[in-house]
Amino acid sequence: MIYLDHAATTRTDPAVAEEMTKWQTELYMNPSAFYQPAVRVRMKIDEARRKIAGFLNVNPAGIYFTSGGTESDNWAIRSAVEANSAKGRHIITSSVEHPAVRNTMRYLETKGFEVTKLPVDKYGSISAEDLKKVIRDDTVLVSIMHANNELGTIEPLEEIGEITAERGVLFHTDAVQTFGHIPINVEKCRIDLLSASAHKLYGPKGIGLLYINPGIKFGSMLFGGRQEKGLRPGTENVSSIIGFAKAVEIASNRMEEDAKRESALRDKFEEALINNIPKIKINSGASARLPGIINLTFPGIEAEPLLILLDSNGICASAGSACSAGAIEASHVLLSAGLTNEEAKRTIRFSLGRENTDENIEKTVKLLKEIFIEKEEHR
Amino acid sequence: MKKVVVGMSGGVDSSVCALLLKEQGYEVIGATMQIWQPEECSIEREGSCCGASAVEDARAVAECLGIPYYVMNFREEFEKEVIDRFTGEYLKGRTPNPCIYCNQLIKWGAFLERCKKLGADYIATGHYAGVIQLPSGRYTISKSATPEKDQTYVLYNLTQDQLAHTLMPVGAYQKPQIREIAKKAGLPVAGKRDSQDICFIPDGDYASFVLKERGTLGTQGNFVDMNGNLMGPHKGTANYTIGQRKGLGIAAGKRVYVCDIDLKTGDVTLGTDDDLYKDRLTFDTICYMGEEVFSEEESYLAKVRYSQSSVPCKVKYIDKDNVEVIFDKPVRAATPGQAVVLYKDGWIAGGGTIRK
Repeated sequence: MIYLDHAATTRTDPAVAEEMTKWQTELYMNPSAFYQPAVRVRMKIDEARRKIAGFLNVNPAGIYFTSGGTESDNWAIRSAVEANSAKGRHIITSSVEHPAVRNTMRYLETKGFEVTKLPVDKYGSISAEDLKKVIRDDTVLVSIMHANNELGTIEPLEEIGEITAERGVLFHTDAVQTFGHIPINVEKCRIDLLSASAHKLYGPKGIGLLYINPGIKFGSMLFGGRQEKGLRPGTENVSSIIGFAKAVEIASNRMEEDAKRESALRDKFEEALINNIPKIKINSGASARLPGIINLTFPGIEAEPLLILLDSNGICASAGSACSAGAIEASHVLLSAGLTNEEAKRTIRFSLGRENTDENIEKTVKLLKEIFIEKEEHR
Repeated sequence: MKKVVVGMSGGVDSSVCALLLKEQGYEVIGATMQIWQPEECSIEREGSCCGASAVEDARAVAECLGIPYYVMNFREEFEKEVIDRFTGEYLKGRTPNPCIYCNQLIKWGAFLERCKKLGADYIATGHYAGVIQLPSGRYTISKSATPEKDQTYVLYNLTQDQLAHTLMPVGAYQKPQIREIAKKAGLPVAGKRDSQDICFIPDGDYASFVLKERGTLGTQGNFVDMNGNLMGPHKGTANYTIGQRKGLGIAAGKRVYVCDIDLKTGDVTLGTDDDLYKDRLTFDTICYMGEEVFSEEESYLAKVRYSQSSVPCKVKYIDKDNVEVIFDKPVRAATPGQAVVLYKDGWIAGGGTIRK
């Protein structure tokens, strides 16, 4: 198998999995309990929080563990606007957000909030100028993702943060796709709320975090016990929190190196595709982009049969977004970036990761070449 | 090894289809066609072919058979080719059969095209029908071994090329045999009940569907009797189909049936059951399957409705695009928009769309 879908999820690092097992089978006590083994669990959670806060360079008191990116996005947006609705009911977001943001916005629209969606350029990037034009006195929140999961384009967070800070508007960013892959400066970007998830950085699924700037007005979405200072109650997902911290620790040691290697591999992949497949179009060419993501529109064959062909040769890649049943749908991100419906349907994303090699890329290019050259000859 | 993609609805027939082909040595890929918005099908019913439960069942069968399985998206195509056409025909005062459009344009249209692109030699379905090649070299559809399940009627307009890339192994078996095979193989859907209705209108309320999709119930007008006498206003022509008795909302003092729908005047003619019997019809949009041209000398068996048995007839060309069918005995409620399918020796000679 050649796994080229790291933006969907990553393999849990064996070191992470190993660390987690211990906290499931040996130190399984409830961290809220009184006895010493439980206190040790509590200490380990505190350590995990500190580690992750250190990586983000923020106050550990601002880190809240959640079930993942979707919960973090929902919580951030809903609580931010509800807690600050006295100021206004206007929210600004982009047209290329993850469904966790998009559908939360849609829900808030039904609750009387007004949502402005910023347009994007052909790489899926918003412009700070556009933001300046639409931000208002009654704007309570700006939510813009750090980098797009389909095109890999990094959004201008620093410029956004400058505007939101000046206007006294809360700033949320969905950093699920970038956390542990590229650096982010929370302070410099004036970020108030940041969503991240562990499974995109070789950690376990089902654990994420929301960073909340301790100075903002914010509330809870769940009600229960006192865990996470009562803001996110529920017995802690101990082993996953520890696994998350371990994954972050590993990432912090090799992030730069990985990024360099993956970018080089990506460039090589793109070049080989351009040279070997006529009329192929690269959509992910922004200057500020994630190292591992390649988004391509192929000529003459829809993503669905192409993905099946790749799959039957052991190559895992993806296209657009999947509906609940698993069928592929034309991606709203690509349509927003100006692709036609027909182009969007012929578009595939490869996302590289730690385990990918030159050989993986060569094999994939060779197969694609066969598919497309053969097809040309059929005509 | 020849590669075949089996369209799997999650029902017992298409599941056994995949099983049979695997046993016959084909490289089998399972695929469920997503054709209708699941959120529209809020009432998930066993046997409906579009919902997530159908996908779950098909996936369980694929797991049981150890074959690759995909959900393929045909929603856009279905909306355009089937739904729009279906509602459009109703508004023209006709009674369309959407399964025919779906077969021709989705299953043997977009689906077959996509499967060819992924390198498949054939597509296969669990229809109660067979694909045969005649001595003439032409491909055709042969009747099922289970007459009461026969689905050949909705397959009459497939082309020679489509048939050349089609496998239908289920048609050679009796329905109880199919269930038995499923049970023996331990397929998780062996006891699932058959689907009945049009998959995208699970409640069977076509008129409401047309109204929702098109915002109208067709032409307004009046009920009239066979002599043209006014009987009172009706609720829009799309509410009615030839032969309909229920839901007319009119007290005529006797059993009355819809005998004609005239879109020009808006008249819906009501008559007795006897008035529904006609000894001839004309059809157009001719499709030739087993034959290249119909013979005016020989006799055919004609079927004018999915649920009706076939009747002996002769055909006569009005011109090259219009054919008249003359039945030996009058048939009931031949309806514009439905198909007339002509059979010969248990296979389809051809057919077309009933006009008059």
